[in-house]
Amino acid sequence: MVVQAFAFYLFAGILILSALMVITARNPVHSVLFLILAFFNAAGLFIMLGAEFVGMILVIVYVGAVAVLFLFVVMMLDINFAEMRKGAKHYVPLGLAIGALLLFELYTLYGTWNMAEITKTNRAAPVESMEQLTNTEMLGSILYTDYVYPFQLAGLILLVAMIGAIVLTLRTRPDVRKQNIGDQVARRAEDVLEIVKVTPGTGV
Amino acid sequence: MIGFNIVPLLPELFLTLTAMGFLIVGVSQGNRSTAVLTWTACLAMVIAAILLLQISWEGQTILNGMFVLDEFSGLFKLMILIGLIISLALSVDYLKVERMARFEYPVLVMLAGVGMMLMVSAGNLLALYMALELQSLSLYVLAGIHRNSPRSAEAAIKYFVLGALSSGMLLFGISLIYGFTGSIDFEVIRNTLDHAQGSTPGITVGLAFLLAGLAFKISAVPFHMWTPDVYQGAPAPVTALFAMVPKIAAFGLMLRVLFYAFLPMSGEWMQIVYFLSAASMIVGAFAALAQDNIKRLIAYSSIGNMGYALIGVVAGTPEGAGAVILYLFIYMMMTAGVFSVILCMRRQGLMAMQVSDLAGLSRHSPMMAYAMAALMFSMSGIPPLAGFFGKFFIFLAAVEQGYIALVIIGVLSSVVSAYYYLRIVKIMFFDEPADPFDRGMTLEKRVILFISVIFVIGFILKPNPIVDSAMAAAKALLL
Repeated sequence: MVVQAFAFYLFAGILILSALMVITARNPVHSVLFLILAFFNAAGLFIMLGAEFVGMILVIVYVGAVAVLFLFVVMMLDINFAEMRKGAKHYVPLGLAIGALLLFELYTLYGTWNMAEITKTNRAAPVESMEQLTNTEMLGSILYTDYVYPFQLAGLILLVAMIGAIVLTLRTRPDVRKQNIGDQVARRAEDVLEIVKVTPGTGV
Repeated sequence: MIGFNIVPLLPELFLTLTAMGFLIVGVSQGNRSTAVLTWTACLAMVIAAILLLQISWEGQTILNGMFVLDEFSGLFKLMILIGLIISLALSVDYLKVERMARFEYPVLVMLAGVGMMLMVSAGNLLALYMALELQSLSLYVLAGIHRNSPRSAEAAIKYFVLGALSSGMLLFGISLIYGFTGSIDFEVIRNTLDHAQGSTPGITVGLAFLLAGLAFKISAVPFHMWTPDVYQGAPAPVTALFAMVPKIAAFGLMLRVLFYAFLPMSGEWMQIVYFLSAASMIVGAFAALAQDNIKRLIAYSSIGNMGYALIGVVAGTPEGAGAVILYLFIYMMMTAGVFSVILCMRRQGLMAMQVSDLAGLSRHSPMMAYAMAALMFSMSGIPPLAGFFGKFFIFLAAVEQGYIALVIIGVLSSVVSAYYYLRIVKIMFFDEPADPFDRGMTLEKRVILFISVIFVIGFILKPNPIVDSAMAAAKALLL
């Protein structure tokens, strides 16, 4: 029990601190690195909850892909972060007020959690024999059967995202010369090469 | 899998597969095929509507309760399909003239349509969210599809960022609702709420966040800030689409969530919707007074109109819900006519989007001016035009439930909004004529304008079929 509590406060503490550093660090690269640290600690919390699949996905997707993408953007684009942050100070009181409001709200909400006996049966796990299966197996057993509809919808959303990215960014540029494989294959040595016998002293 | 029934899903499946087929055709044929594809998309939607009419609307729940096809969602899907066909037909000519014909346009409209049709069929909160995102994401891209115009890009970014924020609120609300009821299924939520011993603040807050997310989609005040900018910046046919269809879908969703899943909590949500409704009507009426750009004017007008429709939600009765459906349909038909006129506002090939550009329209194109005048009179709610009956049924439903104060706000703000509708009539008929617009109203715009005007004028002659089906749909929801 003590070990668990210790681990929880360790993960949670580092998570909050690194989240704070994300928005206060001067160097944007440091911000992204702190974000990665925050992701790792959140993954730790998930694993403590017994949701190891979500924890691993968090590490693989967010740390492996999203954060690296952030790093790319920060390093490759010439964005003046100091300039962008200039006006942000004005909003600090407003942000703090909203944050305090939300904190208070959450505190009052989670103080009284149960509303009806029936809630517990509602919340009972959709997959039986929780102890014998791992998270991944449990998810796999319902994702493609019971939840096939939202799963397919997610696929459709990704298709729209792909179309959208192409529509909004792909430009046909006439001034760029592109490789035309058909032309290359159809090209014959006889048509384009001329063998010239040059006698000394005459030139071509 | 045993009992895997996808028949009620056929119209959506058909549209999705057609859209994917269009992608293949588009990739091989390029942007030349846009006009053909757009017309084929209209045809595909007609076929989807026929499919929809062929399958039974008798309360079919499939896919673990995530998809519901009943009379309510069936009617909404039919309305959505009509709206999409009109907006696609309006866009063909514009895309060609503005040289922004891209074959992705009809594909995105169809996928947005699939999202909207799934929205009104959602049977649990997960299906609701996924369908909503499918719809929104397609619409974000459509808003920015004219990518050489900075305004269009601005509209897309604004819509996207605020839309993401509203999705966040929606999800937060859903997480609280799940936490307190232990389920995301509408039916189970309703049962749980029926059995709840007293209400905890948590579920109310969750519902409030969910409502905030939905209010953003129907642009109810105070979640309306994006509307004028997006309407103004997006290309005109996309604005027509925004003004006509997505709000119908969002209303369908809202009615199902409030009147079905959260009916036991009607006391709580009624106060929220009451405020949204009153604020939307007032802001819609007064902010529109100062607008010179006709697309911004329509934006504020649509904010106000959503306020009127919300009165029917506040009433909380089958009559109220039926009045909402009727109001949305009439509003869609009027907007279709208005946009077929707006899309003709072109001088020397450029769009003229100021209200003052309409000056003296009655001199050079009298038919268009009279049609627009009829639509404006109808929008301001003057009997015996269709717009009057929309408001009449809404106000009637609210008065029966004793919401007199809200109705008085509604009547007063509709008087205020009559000013800017009638100002357009005055500008068209009595102001010094400006230069005439370019000639040549295309056939499809003539047809849509004609249908819209006939609908507005002729509604009084045969209102029963439409009113009855709206009321029947509302009853199916509230059973």
